[in-house]
Amino acid sequence: MTTFPLRRLLDEIGAVDAIGVEERVAKYTTRSIKNRSKVFGLKLATSMVDLTTLEGKDTPGKVASLCRKALCPHPEGDVPRVAAVCVYPSMVRHAAKHVKGTEVRIASVATAFPSGQTPLKTRLGEVRQAVADGADEIDMVINRGAFLSGEFDRMQDEIAAVVEACGDATLKVILETSELETYDNIRAASVLAMRVIRPGDFIKTSTGKTSSNATLANQQVMLDAIRDHYLATGTEIAMKPAGGIKTAKQALHFLVAVKETLGDRWLTNTRYRFGASSLLNDLLRQLEKQRTGAYQAPWTFTEDSGGY
Amino acid sequence: MLQITKTPKCYVGGKFIRSESGRVYEMRSSSGDFLANIPLCSRKDLRNAVEAAASAGPGWAGRSPYNRAQILYRIAEMLESRFAELAHATSEREVRATIDRIVHFAGWADKYEQVLGSVNPVASPHFNFTVTEPMGIIGILAPEDAPLLALMTLVLPAIVSGNAVVALASESQPYPSILLGEMLAVSDLPGGVVNLLTGSRSELIPTFATHEHLRAVSATATKAEATTLQQGAAESVKRVVIHAPKTDWFAGIHDSPYAIRDFVEAKTVWHPIGS
Repeated sequence: MTTFPLRRLLDEIGAVDAIGVEERVAKYTTRSIKNRSKVFGLKLATSMVDLTTLEGKDTPGKVASLCRKALCPHPEGDVPRVAAVCVYPSMVRHAAKHVKGTEVRIASVATAFPSGQTPLKTRLGEVRQAVADGADEIDMVINRGAFLSGEFDRMQDEIAAVVEACGDATLKVILETSELETYDNIRAASVLAMRVIRPGDFIKTSTGKTSSNATLANQQVMLDAIRDHYLATGTEIAMKPAGGIKTAKQALHFLVAVKETLGDRWLTNTRYRFGASSLLNDLLRQLEKQRTGAYQAPWTFTEDSGGY
Repeated sequence: MLQITKTPKCYVGGKFIRSESGRVYEMRSSSGDFLANIPLCSRKDLRNAVEAAASAGPGWAGRSPYNRAQILYRIAEMLESRFAELAHATSEREVRATIDRIVHFAGWADKYEQVLGSVNPVASPHFNFTVTEPMGIIGILAPEDAPLLALMTLVLPAIVSGNAVVALASESQPYPSILLGEMLAVSDLPGGVVNLLTGSRSELIPTFATHEHLRAVSATATKAEATTLQQGAAESVKRVVIHAPKTDWFAGIHDSPYAIRDFVEAKTVWHPIGS
């Protein structure tokens, strides 16, 4: 009798207790976070943001204003810079004009984001071009089709090929959790990816382009996988949830999960990032609330179109 | 028959909520019997209500004036159908006056623009006209008396032009606002356009004053409360309309369409024409 590749892998790495994971993450949202810790958390989250614009209508001008926002999120209250700007490959050279030489890094999605459905050669060419244009970090998508049909070797070989194409650039491997359907699949894909990437590379939940995005439960499965991988191999893999994290409160819940699963070593922007576009303004809004004592209107902050 | 006691809840964002703080205060009848626990809303509840108003507001402002009129009229129908219950909580006279006022302002929805807007004479080859636009989110502090009529008298002129409101009901007589919420929920008013909180005035007034997202405050306030509101409003640049605590809410002056003007911004357009 043939054993299926996923079954074999899960026998080796252990399956996910779905109810246990969901109960655990439900607890993260009940922590009482007092004001000083809240300000610390909000500033930490700000420093972990990959400020993102991934739209067909992006222009060099839009990217320029995103970069200015990344360099100075808010003029008051000692707000840190964000970790990186995240753009499409064709926008990397425009972003480079504004943030090269600063501590803000340039991340670029590549490998036919978000579907990944082009020949490998094309995807690798895209990665090389983005790095040549100045990308410090590459966000790739895995071959979900290969994973779901059990072709794990092919999926891993492709990731390994992208690692090579990255050169010195940091790699973030997007699992696209919503297309993986089950927690077991998310755990399996996390482990497969972590086995071929380098220390300091990331695994990332989603592209933000599908119906469901980063959730606390999906992240928890991935954090547990990172912890198990670290305990087994000593390799520190970083984490990036992306998509659907819009409020400061959500961000704090995600950080609580990191702190309680991986510990303080992961509470830095080289080990943890948020992929988000609207999150930053809500973080700034809550920081201003803490600083001034007054609830803030969204239009107080740049790059917000909410006028009502 | 088993007596089922009611849990009064606030109407916020189209949903019935308890206070996020979990706090309540006791409501008693005039003879001192315990009636129910009323939510004692916190600053965070106010903030959440403002967020709810912010997401409902643009859609409401985008409705045609005629449609807003129909929806306001529908609210009056919903009050009418539970007349006896409302009258028990207030008085027949007050409910009747409230329904009349709702119908009155429903009528104004597609007519106030003709009164408040204007075509302006200018000394250049321009067609110059002024139209009104809703301000955004309006904070409302209802008085202690006339808990239904006064609340609606403050809410109606604000929402008729497309604003969304966050209102704090009478602290001592909160129950009519609870009933009102139940009626708004079954009217066609989109959830979040009217948000009704219950709780302590003194606790919430500073937040009403300083919240930057509120564009105006319409308040029945004592002198001291008015000072707090105006100081906070100066910081956050919002309009403040104060009503005296001893106002006669039944008076005909409250039917004036100029109450609508308090919560709109004027937009003037210079349109070039051939000389």
